[in-house]
Amino acid sequence: MSKLLRQSFILLVLMTVITGVLYPLAATGLAQLIFPRQANGSLIVKDGKPVGSVLIGQSFTDPKYFWGRPSATSPNAYNASASSGSNLGPTNPALTGAVKQRIAALRAADPGNNAPVPVDLVTASGSGLDPQISPAAAQYQLARVAKARGLSATQVQALVNEYTSGRQFGVLGEPRVNVLQLNLALDVR
Amino acid sequence: MTTNDFLQIGLFLAVLLLLVKPVGSYLALVFADAPNRITRFGGRVERGIYRLCGIASTEEMGWKRYALAMLLFNVLGLLVVYVLQRLQPWLPLNPQHFASVSPDSAMNTAISFASNTNWQGYAGESTMSYLTQMLGLTVQNFLSAATGIAVLVAVVRGFARRSALGIGNFWVDLTRSTLYVLVPLSLLMSLLLVSQGVVQNFKPYVDVPIVQAGSYSTTAKDAAGHDVTTQTAVTTQTLPMGPAASQVAIKMLGTNGGGFFNANSAHPYENPTPFSNFIEMLAIFLIPGGLCYMFGELVGDRRQGWAILATMLLIFIPLTIGLVAADQAGNPALHGLAVDAHASALQSGGNMEGKETRFGIAASGLFAAITTAASCGAVNAMHDSLTPLGGLVPMWLMQLGEVVFGGVGSGLYGMLAFAVVAVFIAGLMVGRTPEYLGKKIEAYEMKMASLAVLLPCALVVIGTAIAVMTPAGVAGIANPGAHGFSEILYAVSSASNNNGSAFGGLSANTPFWNALLGICMFLARFPLAIAMLAMAGSLAAKRHVPESAGTLPTHTPLFVTLLACVVIVVGALTFLPALALGPIAEQLMSAMGR
Repeated sequence: MSKLLRQSFILLVLMTVITGVLYPLAATGLAQLIFPRQANGSLIVKDGKPVGSVLIGQSFTDPKYFWGRPSATSPNAYNASASSGSNLGPTNPALTGAVKQRIAALRAADPGNNAPVPVDLVTASGSGLDPQISPAAAQYQLARVAKARGLSATQVQALVNEYTSGRQFGVLGEPRVNVLQLNLALDVR
Repeated sequence: MTTNDFLQIGLFLAVLLLLVKPVGSYLALVFADAPNRITRFGGRVERGIYRLCGIASTEEMGWKRYALAMLLFNVLGLLVVYVLQRLQPWLPLNPQHFASVSPDSAMNTAISFASNTNWQGYAGESTMSYLTQMLGLTVQNFLSAATGIAVLVAVVRGFARRSALGIGNFWVDLTRSTLYVLVPLSLLMSLLLVSQGVVQNFKPYVDVPIVQAGSYSTTAKDAAGHDVTTQTAVTTQTLPMGPAASQVAIKMLGTNGGGFFNANSAHPYENPTPFSNFIEMLAIFLIPGGLCYMFGELVGDRRQGWAILATMLLIFIPLTIGLVAADQAGNPALHGLAVDAHASALQSGGNMEGKETRFGIAASGLFAAITTAASCGAVNAMHDSLTPLGGLVPMWLMQLGEVVFGGVGSGLYGMLAFAVVAVFIAGLMVGRTPEYLGKKIEAYEMKMASLAVLLPCALVVIGTAIAVMTPAGVAGIANPGAHGFSEILYAVSSASNNNGSAFGGLSANTPFWNALLGICMFLARFPLAIAMLAMAGSLAAKRHVPESAGTLPTHTPLFVTLLACVVIVVGALTFLPALALGPIAEQLMSAMGR
């Protein structure tokens, strides 16, 4: 028993060094060497300062911006240090209520647009930080953004296309539009 | 379901099946008794470790000594994780100055990671220092997975050896699993993940200004009991950082599932692209799939390994399709509203609550089925928000005992317990002593196999009953009605089968839940492994029985079907009543528009 205990202890120490120190250090070293941009958070840098991350969404509620997925993080939407979904069950009246409110908010920002709202634009994402919306959700908002900015639909469409990615390798995942990058590009115009 | 839904599932299965043989042959070399090119390559490091520990690598252990070594090593590791969490404010690598974790939560987390469950009552980015994540959680991710593989290899030796006293050496099996399998695969996978955008650094969190400033209001009571609303401006966003990729890699490969961030693999820094998602899904099934092939190789009949794998797929594929179809059909509660949930070229449609745009329905549904078929428990979509039938699938996959791929090692030894039960049932039908892989299955083996099959079932049923009868248990519920019961059933099923995923609405970071789930996780892991080792010890000592005309061949479609039926019947008989009160009741109500 005491022999087993001693062996357990030393082996645990050695394994901790290998898997808890050497392995993460090796992974960090190689990652920083080969993929420094990705390893450090895929930051968007403007004038030498980080202004956001390609991968982390931000909250938009102004009609002149494309809005992202609703976010259930607390205390405020898109709180990147407290990622979380809503965890509302499908039959929970709170979910139906939230969706109704979101439809109302979208319609208030865009009077006259009575098209059905793409589902991803009225349901909270899993992380609360989803950086992307479906192309359908972008199309739904396009006329509103163009009008609020005094741009033509074609000009806005060109930018939307620029920040749209298709399925990866043509098969995996879903087509999507990066909201933060699109809005930053709109502000530059 | 859309064509692309089927395409994504098909592509995943095809790539997995292509990898089973190479991975399995490699595993067979790593755990072969005779030295070979793999074990010679790493021999210096391996021998160095044995010398420092005073381990005689050729020493054979009987099952009792093997089990004792396994238990001591794991309990010691568990205590280290506990102490690290309690002492983290005074230890280095804590740039966010996180406080000490409460005793009940720290013990729950320690058991959780040591038992390969990785149930998380806490939120990673606001609780654990980098040091705790590395030296505590990452280390246990490796060692609990290596323990599972070691126990499995010992059980396989029980079938393969004849009239033998020992079932191998725990230290050697553990060291080899770690050095030759888990570390190299994890390093490779970390880099693949970083290439897609998973963070890997030791920097403090980064503050960035946000494009559209906003504000939020909080309401609190003042000294006189009046509501006071405070408006707080939001002008910046704090981006979390840390060595995430290295932990995410082993969380998948070791079927651990504990996320670096709270949102787990839904977090864009933990799973940024559809390709990273594909790699993560593949990593969950990679070793459990390869182990099936290794099993066939080591017992000297590869068909036996393929038969087990076929059984797993026979259960997995229909349930996966059921899950994706249920969620692709969308949430009936939103049907009356002005919402467009139809699948088209421009959107995945379906039930998108709790899902990420880049994954849509197919890549989320497939992930949910994989993570619960295997005892991984990582999530890329919030299971609490799945449609009722969509949520039933992951719950039931766990309740089947985590034997459909299951945890690394533990899934296959659980399935072998079911195989022993299956040959016993077949033996009863024709009135012959059952045999499996040339070993007579007698009363002792049956006792151990039944124990392994029934222990998790009992834990789920009893644990759920305790929770719903206790005010402290019911207090954690977030959603009303049948769904609230589902949250409890899901949590106890997850802990009692060492899965670790959750219907996340349940507030489980309370002393009651931490204690209940901690006990379930511990009992589901270690007594079950010991029962299997006892069976292995008894089997190893037996003589080989030559095949006769009355032997039931265990590599045929007939046996595959029989085995799948045994797994499903045990799972259905035990859990249908409970499932009827949860997801099935909710589905009926939602179909009636209530």
